[in-house]
Amino acid sequence: MMNKFERRDGNPIKKAFIYFVCIILALLSIWPFYVMAINSTRSTFEVQQQAVALMPSTHLMDNFKVFQGKSFNPGRGFLNSLIVAVGATACTVYFSTLTAYALVAYQWKLRNAMFTFILCVMMIPGQVTAIGFYQFMYRIHMTNNLLALILPAVYAPSAVFFMRQFMIASLPLELLDSARIDGAGEFFTFNRIAMPIMKPAMATQGIFSFVGTWNNLFMPSILLTRDEVKTMPVMVSMLKGDIYKREYGAIYLGLTLTVLPLFVVYFALSKYIIAGIALGGVKG
Amino acid sequence: MNQIKSKDNFSYAKYGYIFSIPFIIAFLVFNLYPTLFTVLLGFTDSKGLGNITFHILKDDPWKNFRAVLKAPTFILSIKNTFVLWTMNFIPQITLALLLTAWFTSRRNEIRGKGFFKVVFYMPNIITSASVAVLFSTLFGYPKGPVNDLLISLGIRDSAYYFMNSGTATRWIVAFIQFWMWYGYTMLVLISGVLGISPDIYEAAEIDGANDRQIFFRITLPNLRTILTYTLVTSLIGGLSMYDIPKMLNNGNPSNATLTATMFIYNQSFQNSYMYARGAAASMILFLIIAFFSAIVFYLLRERKGERRKRK
Repeated sequence: MMNKFERRDGNPIKKAFIYFVCIILALLSIWPFYVMAINSTRSTFEVQQQAVALMPSTHLMDNFKVFQGKSFNPGRGFLNSLIVAVGATACTVYFSTLTAYALVAYQWKLRNAMFTFILCVMMIPGQVTAIGFYQFMYRIHMTNNLLALILPAVYAPSAVFFMRQFMIASLPLELLDSARIDGAGEFFTFNRIAMPIMKPAMATQGIFSFVGTWNNLFMPSILLTRDEVKTMPVMVSMLKGDIYKREYGAIYLGLTLTVLPLFVVYFALSKYIIAGIALGGVKG
Repeated sequence: MNQIKSKDNFSYAKYGYIFSIPFIIAFLVFNLYPTLFTVLLGFTDSKGLGNITFHILKDDPWKNFRAVLKAPTFILSIKNTFVLWTMNFIPQITLALLLTAWFTSRRNEIRGKGFFKVVFYMPNIITSASVAVLFSTLFGYPKGPVNDLLISLGIRDSAYYFMNSGTATRWIVAFIQFWMWYGYTMLVLISGVLGISPDIYEAAEIDGANDRQIFFRITLPNLRTILTYTLVTSLIGGLSMYDIPKMLNNGNPSNATLTATMFIYNQSFQNSYMYARGAAASMILFLIIAFFSAIVFYLLRERKGERRKRK
């Protein structure tokens, strides 16, 4: 008994070392964002005098005023990002669940071929076909149209893969049979019986899809050239422009505004996010 | 009875096709067509903003591909991509493995694991464009938080111009990648360890194996598939790296942090808008990535087989 107790407790020096490393890493995660948040309330003069401060200052509103009448428009960017992220997430989650349902609930000839195909294309990043996509969108006058970033989200092979794995484990096929006996149509069965069971997986996939779309820089920076339609990450590049070269407080404030929604989402849902990664199949 | 059931399945089979239609259409329109169009453009003289006419290079179809492969900046961008990836991946996987060993150790029960997981993973979810601009400000010269810190700690006498040094900028890019991804890798590895049967660990403990032996003899061999998977997906992610080097210092100084995706962007969407050349470079990158995805595909199949065997 005594022996077992000792074993569980382990080596105290090693344990102290582990805590030390973990605390250093935690500080490393937090420090850059802390500097960013604090400096967004400080004037450019204060930042230049001393780049790191512990306590916030009083110049938040002054820094806000720098943005007025300039191309960096956080309100506009926030709205555009929200439209794209919500639209794309809805497309990804709904249609990936539907496709996964087709793969799980029905026996059809090409089912295995379809699944193999999804595994094949899952890893190909969009960057390599961006030029063809841009030229295509340009020809049908869809550049500077947020739909060009939303509709392609219907095709999300890694989301289908994730949904399929979850569905196999948690959707009892007998339930579908009994719905059929009760006379429910196939589409009705999907919407009213399968979807509610899939809610946890849809939530997990929804979070990752939302964050991924919100953070996307490459496609939006190619497609969106007019200021009114730019999303947050594209606007961030404007902060590096000449206008803000001397406005440090405003740069920090701009950065804070671009990432604020993500912090809110993360700290509200971190439990599900961490669990979602453990489930696997989700790639950022 | 059996016959009736199979008849039933037959009549429902069409819904498998019907429900796949939106996915297939989206694939054809937004993925396959742009892919084929990119391939085609690689064999044309397409260039110039707003110019939609192009001619197929009949005399010398591989001209763009040759031009790309001969371009010193393209070779450099591929080299940079691998250098930056290696600089970030080795420390990343080492730290992730170490943390995994600590967090799953049955002897040293660590408190606040949940908190540490949330904090370590946090940078991964934040817009990398914003993170890169934030770091370029943090490493600012002559005044910046990092320089202030170095001077006040007595490590340096004067401010260091980080963004003017190729090596320093590369290390900063690699550090950001490392910092954003080690938490993710750790979470994936931990879930892998939790999937290993606890019986093996109990048996090892009864036999008196120490932490080190358990890690190297049980945990590591059992994580082999997941480790390879992590390596290859990370490599593919690294090959499409764009946001961080672009927003940190735009690939500078002297293209020390220019990546393959940035090369494609610069060819196609800047200066003379050489879509054809960008498309050729895209296809070369596509082939490199397809090669690595083939490995992942192979691994996933192997895993599927394993699972079936266990059943």
